[in-house]
Amino acid sequence: MSSLAASDERTAPTTAKVIQPAWVRTVHWINAVAIILMIMSGWQIYNASPLFNFKFSSSITLGGWLGGALLWHFAAMWLLMVNGLVYLTLGFATGRFRKKLLPITPAGVISDARAALTGKLSHDDLTKYNYVQKLLYAGIIVVGILIVLSGLSIWKPVQLQYLTALFGGYDVARYVHFVCMAAICAFLVVHVALALLVPKSLRAMIIGR
Amino acid sequence: MGRIRSLLIPGVDKQLLVKDAAKLMPDLARRRFIAGGASFGALTLLTGCDVTDSFSAEEMLKKISKFNDGVQAAIFNPYALAPTFPESAITKPFPFNAYYELDDAPDINGKDWKFEVRGLVDNKKSWTLEELYKLPQVKQITRHICVEGWSAIGSWTGTPLRDFLKLVGADTRAKYCWFQCGDSEGYNSPLDMATALHPQTQMTFKFGDEILPRAYGYPMKIRVPTKLGFKNPKYVISMEVTNDYKGGYWEDQGYNSFSGS
Repeated sequence: MSSLAASDERTAPTTAKVIQPAWVRTVHWINAVAIILMIMSGWQIYNASPLFNFKFSSSITLGGWLGGALLWHFAAMWLLMVNGLVYLTLGFATGRFRKKLLPITPAGVISDARAALTGKLSHDDLTKYNYVQKLLYAGIIVVGILIVLSGLSIWKPVQLQYLTALFGGYDVARYVHFVCMAAICAFLVVHVALALLVPKSLRAMIIGR
Repeated sequence: MGRIRSLLIPGVDKQLLVKDAAKLMPDLARRRFIAGGASFGALTLLTGCDVTDSFSAEEMLKKISKFNDGVQAAIFNPYALAPTFPESAITKPFPFNAYYELDDAPDINGKDWKFEVRGLVDNKKSWTLEELYKLPQVKQITRHICVEGWSAIGSWTGTPLRDFLKLVGADTRAKYCWFQCGDSEGYNSPLDMATALHPQTQMTFKFGDEILPRAYGYPMKIRVPTKLGFKNPKYVISMEVTNDYKGGYWEDQGYNSFSGS
């Protein structure tokens, strides 16, 4: 918290500008809770019939056993889906996606990735995403849509059998669902690490400025 | 966990405690889930909620699961058929799965066995296996999906349950067909009437063209390709057509009751 207070003074002149509007902050934190509940209960469900040669430690899973984990998973899914739909609707309706995430050019991504890796990427203006951010944020939205759709196709392989078939059948859809989870976890590692490295970005997601 | 357990034991009849705990919480890990719910409840006490309507995560999750039963019943399409597969797609060997080992599975003598029919039906006569074998049978090759996540394709042959319900004059406006099984703990499971009347829901007598082996539920299994595996009872000994929700072996422990696929 002390780093937040310190950055408060340094960025004082620019505080008039709202970086993250209230609706973005609201859906962001609801999504954070929903995703964590879904991932932790999902790991417990995975443990009942692992796809790979490992299980998740019960110290990081939610639900205690398969039945408990399923209750959490099928409760938190509503939070994730409803909140996700609100986010997508407002993202398109307000033009935020277009303004913030487009265009994404390969040249821009390469030069910004290089700048980031050599420590030369600036975070002075938080209202503008660099090309790596644009790619990651657009990418994680696509992954979010895929994980919900693959999840639905595992949940309802008869009622939604055309969706399940689109994913290559029930068994393949389980792998898609798992890979999307892994992608979200990888994203979270980078996302959280960078938010902590640039505390004013975290502050903007809490108080808006 | 260890410390909490040692705190709980003094002054308490250990045997009774273990017995109760075993009933409520089949495994240790489950206790953590319950404990998590309790602390959620404690949190709301701090915020000033009344004790009598104290909120716990477990109660909330149960309510959402009931809501999910309703959602699934609403999106259940009685005409949507589960995908069928060619013989070549059958999973070999087809897995055995139950709360008991195969050696402890019911070993039923088909000559003594009778299928009892109770509740809201005109004809409450019990059926012998010989009588049931005479009913028209159909074969279907469908995917069995376990609540655990794995799936396997099998070939099941038997009488559509809806034909049998018509034959015995069942009140198909009733809410459930409640099945009971011949295992030691009395496995049972309710099946909503819409699913019971689904064309692929079957009283199964054969697996892979052979008389249903002991592992898969001899002498009779209810095959429901629109439900998860645990809603496909094996070693079935009776059916009650009823408007009452009578619970089920796994349903009572927390698996979602509708569990449609």
